Order: sequence, then structure tokens, then C-alpha cells
Amino acid sequence: MSRPQESDGKGYWAATIKLTLSLLAIWFAVSYGAGILFRDFLDQFSIGGAPLGFWFAQSGAVYVFVVLIFFYCWRMAKLEDKFNIGG
Amino acid sequence: MDQQLWTYFFVGITFAIYIGIAIWSRAGSTDDFYVAGHDVHPTVNGMATAADWMSAASFLSMAGLIAFLGYGGSVYLMGWTGGYVLLALLLAPFLREFGKFTVPDFVGDRYYSTFARVIAVICALFVSFTYIAGQMKGVGVAFSGFLGIPFEAGIIIGMVIVFFYAVLGGMKGITYTQVAQYVVLIFAYTVPAIFMSLIITGNPIPQLGFIANAAGENIAMLEKLNNTVTELGFMEYTETGKSMIDIFAITGALMFGTAGLPHVIIRFFTVPTAKAARVSAGWALVFIAILYTTAPAVGAFARLNFIDTVNDATYITDAENYEAAAASILADGGKPVPKWYKDWEPTGLLSFEDKNGDGIMQYRGPDSADGIANEVSPNRDIFVLANPQIAQLPGWVIGLVVAGGLAAALSTAAGLLMVISSAVSHDLCRRTFYPEMDDKTELRVARISAAGAVVAAGLLGLFASQLGFVAQVVAFAFGLAAASLFPIIFLGIFWKRMNKEGAIAAMLIGLVTTFSYIVYFKFGGGTADQYFLGISPEGIGFVFMFLSLAVGIGVALVTAPPPQDIQDLVEDIRMPGTRQSHGVADQGMAPVAAE
Repeated sequence: MSRPQESDGKGYWAATIKLTLSLLAIWFAVSYGAGILFRDFLDQFSIGGAPLGFWFAQSGAVYVFVVLIFFYCWRMAKLEDKFNIGG
Repeated sequence: MDQQLWTYFFVGITFAIYIGIAIWSRAGSTDDFYVAGHDVHPTVNGMATAADWMSAASFLSMAGLIAFLGYGGSVYLMGWTGGYVLLALLLAPFLREFGKFTVPDFVGDRYYSTFARVIAVICALFVSFTYIAGQMKGVGVAFSGFLGIPFEAGIIIGMVIVFFYAVLGGMKGITYTQVAQYVVLIFAYTVPAIFMSLIITGNPIPQLGFIANAAGENIAMLEKLNNTVTELGFMEYTETGKSMIDIFAITGALMFGTAGLPHVIIRFFTVPTAKAARVSAGWALVFIAILYTTAPAVGAFARLNFIDTVNDATYITDAENYEAAAASILADGGKPVPKWYKDWEPTGLLSFEDKNGDGIMQYRGPDSADGIANEVSPNRDIFVLANPQIAQLPGWVIGLVVAGGLAAALSTAAGLLMVISSAVSHDLCRRTFYPEMDDKTELRVARISAAGAVVAAGLLGLFASQLGFVAQVVAFAFGLAAASLFPIIFLGIFWKRMNKEGAIAAMLIGLVTTFSYIVYFKFGGGTADQYFLGISPEGIGFVFMFLSLAVGIGVALVTAPPPQDIQDLVEDIRMPGTRQSHGVADQGMAPVAAE
């Protein structure tokens, strides 16, 4: 982002990949991680009256997915501003 | 008004709305017909995508499936929502920036190959036809079960309605009817769920009732359910009979399959920009999550309620004199079979066989402590259908649920019809065989193929019920989408070096392996102990997806890199708002620039 008026495609794409990978890590952690692989461990805790691992598999992961996508939209819009992409 | 009149009322009103929208939104060009002119608002598209996505199976069967499977049902909840994260982050915005009409458009142009385009068409047609058979069957079941109209006539009525808005309005008509259908189906799903939640847990919000205590008791609803089912000899509700690796693979196949399904992907071609495609995927998941977080609650409530009211109840044979018989059983201190059970019995969704001849309905699992054999067999669809009555809601709510089920089936069928008709008119006719075809002719061909697709889908729905393998082949749709379409679309965007040879190898490997595995275990007599790593056919697409990726990358590395035009195209679709025409990639069809 040396010259603000010119768009920086390389920087933008590198930042996009980084953001995508971090969000996919969370995506993996809440579904395959919390809901499947570490479910038995998490079930010793509970959220309300539901075992935590079971809850992640049946509801929790879905809530996190929604937040992930909107966070991605927000961050991508900021990246596009920063690297002067689009518009 | 009685219940059937209410059902006619709601079904009639909603159908009139769909036809009205069809007439209002007539398509004037191929741009209108395939992608609704690229100018659908992201939130509106999100709602349409949700209706497109949630099928008769999501609406009618999923809660019941979860009720029976308990934790095992989680694969559907995570799988059918997690795919949207992949869509939003990996596919939708880039495919929108690519700026054409269909999934085979992308495959054929990105891989500069007619052969690749045709394989993609075959995948898209195969996936969509297996999917649509179930929708048309659902329409027939709803009509025959509730309106006293024969199954076949029900399918024909459904075909006529879809014909109207798909053939007249194309994607434009479908988009706005799907929005109306979403409103109908979500209302029909959540209203009974709220009342069920109040009855079982005292909390009006099903998502909160799910983790709350049972009403008036000091025990969590889920714990009470666990105790209740284990007493009867079933597995604990929060447990599963499937292995961890199988749950993992099925979830994966459903997620990546969702992201690769052509009828979902094309919805994101209808918004104006790549940015709008991202936001739209977010909204789609919000609208989907409203149903998908209600479903596990409905499943648990329904299972608990079913056992409470039906198990050990005294059966009443004579439905005519139900009231009197029930009153006398109550007077003797007994528990009569509930009224809703008798009302639904004629549909065949519930059955009772008095094996020990004591007139009492024993509902038992495989390991029942008292050694009594199970006598009650409920179908999974009964839970959503009977909920309004179980919750003692007025008759009109049942009419609403029927209209909701029809909305879910018709909206999904319409989205699939778009894929089928555009595969024929656009991908095969215009892009493969007659590149000189003008826009007017293509629009006419598109209408004719949409009409043909409606008829084919209807016939499939009619015969699918006789063949009885609809449920068996759904595994195909997700497995093939995950193993053949997802890898090459993903690599086409994220790896510039990916070439024609790699793409063709990847698609063929994914297609052949997944297809063979499913056919062998579903129809070829394969048994569960022969499963590869213990993974069932439902999950195998996940494994072969990695094989397809590996083969695709391997083959691409030992063959020539793609032409410069293609590499420039990939650069462009990664940056929103930079798309330009690139020789080889766009010689057959110019991209539609983003606004």
C-alpha cells in the first residue's frame, strides 16, 4: 500500500488468503472440532441444559457460521478500501 | 371452516400469489431468464436462496430424522449450513465476478475445453435430476395426504404451477416466487414450533427451549429425553450408533456437496457484484439458520412428546366413537391414544401392531429392559406434520403447514429446473453446438427446455414412488457435487496453474469413484463391513474429493500450464470490479461486467 491511489492486487490477494484461512480454521474448529472430534471432552461442560459438544453439533456451529460470513464481508470491504480494489 | 377447507384456502391463496408473480416478472432476455438480469438485491437473493435450498426434505423430514437419530442427526445440521461458509469464502463472489450464466460456463471457459464443459453438464444434470424427483414426489404426497386429490393429479398440479413461473419468468420469476415461498414456509415451520416449545419447556423460543429445563420440572429437557429413551431400550438421545470417522465424513460430504450444488451456486449469479454475492451468502445462511436451529428443538420436543402421549396408551380401534371411548378409558384411570394419532393413522405414517394382544401400545427400543417387543412404528415425516395438532393449535395452522411443505418442495424444484433447462439451452445448444445462436432464439430454446424439464421432472416424480429409491440416491447428489464439481471450481479460482488436463482428470476421477462406491453399496449388495475406513456411501464423496484434488494437481503439474489469457482471467476474478474480456477464455461469450 505504498501509493494510495493505485490498487495493489498482490497485497489484496495475500491479505484475502490470510483472512480466508483464519476463518476456515474457525469454521473447522466449531463444527468438526467442537461438534465431532472433541465432542466427548466438551460434553463435560454444558450450556443451559445441553451438553456443550452436542449443542455445538446441533446449533452452536450454525450460529458461528453466520457470524463468520458477515465478519468476512466486513473485513473484505475494509481490504478493498485499503488496497484500492473495486468501484 | 374445517381443516380441509383451510388447507384448500391456504394452498389456493399461495398458488395464486406464485402465478401472479410469474405474470408480473416475465423475462425479456436470456440475461433475465438465466440470472434475473444480475440485479437482485443481496438480501432478497438471500431469502430466495434459502427457499431454493430448503427442500421438502428439510421442511418435512429433517426434524423427524433428528428425532430418531439424536446426535447422529447433527450431520445434516452442520453439513447443510457449513457449506454456505465455503460458498461465501471460496466460490460465490469469484463466480459472480466471472460474470456468466451457469456452472458449466465457468468450467468450460476457465478450462478452455468443450469436453470439460460437457462433463460439467452431465454432473449438473445428474445431480439436479436425482434431487428433483424427491421434490415432485413430495408435492404428490402433500396433495394426496391432505387435499384428497390422487397422488398423480397432485404432481400434475405442481407441474402446472412450476411451469407457469419457470417458463414465463425464468430465474426472474423463480427468484420472486422463492421469496414468497420462503415467507410461507418459515411461518408454517416456526409457529407450531413455538407452541411445542411452550408446552414442553415453558419457553416460547424453541432455540432456548432446546437447552432449558422441562416445563415445571427440575431437570433439563435433553436429560429427561435421555432418561426416557434409555428406559424404553433406545440409545441415549445425545449418542449415536455411527463411528466418529463416519460422522466426520458425512458432514464433510454434505458441506462440500452443498457448496458444489449448481442450483445453489447459480443463485449468486443474480446479484450485481462480487461484494453483493458475499453479503447475499450471509443472508441466505441467516434465513436458513432460522429453520435449522429450530429443527433440532422440534426433533427433541417431538420425540419426548411422542413417547409421553403414545407409549403405554390404550388403543382405540373405533375412530368414529373416539370421544366416548377416550372418556371411559380416562375414567378408569387409563391413558387413551391421543386424538391426533387417530387422525393421522389413515395416512399410513403411523402404525400399531398389537403383538402381545393386551390392547396397550408399547413403544420400545431394541434393548428394552422389560423385554417387550416394539408395537408402534412412526414415520419420520409425522413429527412436523402432526405438530400443530399435538400443540393443540387451531385447524388453520395445519392448512398453513401443508402450504409450507408445498412451498418448500416447489421452490427447490424451480431452482433445479433452471439448472436443467440452462444446461440444455445454454451449455449444450448455445455454447457447445450452435455458438452462432442469437439471444432471441436462445431465449425461445430456454423456454422450451424449461417446459421439457418440467415434464421430465413430473414423470420422474410419478415413477420414483414406484421405484422407491429416491431416498437412496440423494447420497449421489451431494457425493458427486463434492467430488467432481467442487474441486475443479475451487482450483480454478485459487490455483492459476490449474489446467485443462488436470480439470478433466479431477472431474472424471471424482465422478467414477464416487459413483461406483455408491452403486456398489446401495444397489450392488455391498455390506457395511466392507466400507472403506468404515465410511458409508453418504460420506464417501468427502474422501474422493481429496483424491480428485490430488489427481487434478498432479496431472496439471506434469502437463503444460494454461494459456496466458486464462491466467489473466483468474487474476481478474480474484479482484472485484476488474473483470475484462480475455481472448481464449471469453471468445464464446462476453462476460457481464459488474456494476
